[in-house]
Amino acid sequence: MYTQALNSSEGEDRNVEDAARAAQFQARIDAEERIEPNDWMPAAYRKTLTRQISQHAHSEIVGMLPEGNWITRAPSLRRKAALLAKVQDECGHGLYLYAAAETLGTSREELVDLMLAGKAKYSSIFNYPTLTWADIGTIGWLVDGAAIMNQIPLCRCSYGPYARAMIRVCKEESFHQRQGFEIMLTLCRGTDEQKAMAQDALNRWWWPVLMMFGPPDQASQHSDTSTKWKIKRFSNDELRQKFVDATVPQAQYLGLTIPDPGMKQNEAGNWEYSAIDWEEFKQVLAGNGPCNRDRLAARRKAHEDGAWVREAAMAYAEKRRQRSALQAAE
Amino acid sequence: MATPNIPLWEVFIRSRNGLAHKHVGSLHSTDATLALQAARDIYTRRGEGLSIWVVPSSAITASDPSEKGMMFEPAESKIYRHPTFYDVPDEVGHM
Repeated sequence: MYTQALNSSEGEDRNVEDAARAAQFQARIDAEERIEPNDWMPAAYRKTLTRQISQHAHSEIVGMLPEGNWITRAPSLRRKAALLAKVQDECGHGLYLYAAAETLGTSREELVDLMLAGKAKYSSIFNYPTLTWADIGTIGWLVDGAAIMNQIPLCRCSYGPYARAMIRVCKEESFHQRQGFEIMLTLCRGTDEQKAMAQDALNRWWWPVLMMFGPPDQASQHSDTSTKWKIKRFSNDELRQKFVDATVPQAQYLGLTIPDPGMKQNEAGNWEYSAIDWEEFKQVLAGNGPCNRDRLAARRKAHEDGAWVREAAMAYAEKRRQRSALQAAE
Repeated sequence: MATPNIPLWEVFIRSRNGLAHKHVGSLHSTDATLALQAARDIYTRRGEGLSIWVVPSSAITASDPSEKGMMFEPAESKIYRHPTFYDVPDEVGHM
């Protein structure tokens, strides 16, 4: 399960609303009360959450593609079973999240159509290719690791259905990260070529993974409202730093080198990383990453190929309804 | 072409015998049989349940949160419905 800082919000809708209700709403948030679907909420809160949760859901669904690429080529039955289970989990996570998003009043079909039309974002990380088996290890270890860092605070998000979905997701996510790390450990203890493959995967994924936490704090102008509404509880840079500090010792244990020669530990014990190439991030989000077009094309094809199944199921349900209505009339 | 809407169902799971079914989430399905199968796949991948109920969301009648004052206030003022309202001397022991 993956989220990134897609949680921008728009403040302008708020002006038209009843200031007294908005104040009451904020008081509930400040008192750490959870907001439930039928409660009154500012239009901008609804809009921000609908966008964030649906983009999170799209990320889960698109996230099945890079890993699904390796199911048929997993090196053993054990690895294959685990990867299959992981990809199934990602699908489940997407569905929990669509269900949470729908409680805000937009149907899953509409949300999916927006994604297929290229009008909704998903996590930038899934626009990178999985070239070797070590990429599967790296995704579990780092991509899922970064996702967990992002998602744990979301378990306390002010919106009840989102928080509940995240609790479920976080429980399942831990298996993903551990299976990834195990793949890396096996490769690192293997032949020189296997270890080189692990290092190569880390080299390619490291920077895109750091970008998963979203733009640096001074550049992210939308965070304020999300923080005020307790959708977001830590800043992008705080979470990124936490992730780096947790990951460096794991890389050391594997005997891998983080591809950042300028990285150093400061007096407080935090690992300071070099500047991130935000231009690359912007390009990937704008649709110009290595796999953006492939990913959308694969999603569209899957959706179109499944159309007859949806139609047949609807037709069958309708036929049954008519038959039981006839029987009741007799 | 817009994707047509498929009906929504609410899913309830009994995690073990002796416990009540508990709401775990929702899903889309055209009929009850498919809803049960989807509920198994989506909500019980790790042995979370022994029994599943699926209910069309449209069949649920819910109270209105904006009327919760009128709905629940009468219970709040009747503190004499709770055991702690009554004084029993310590000498009597646990009651």
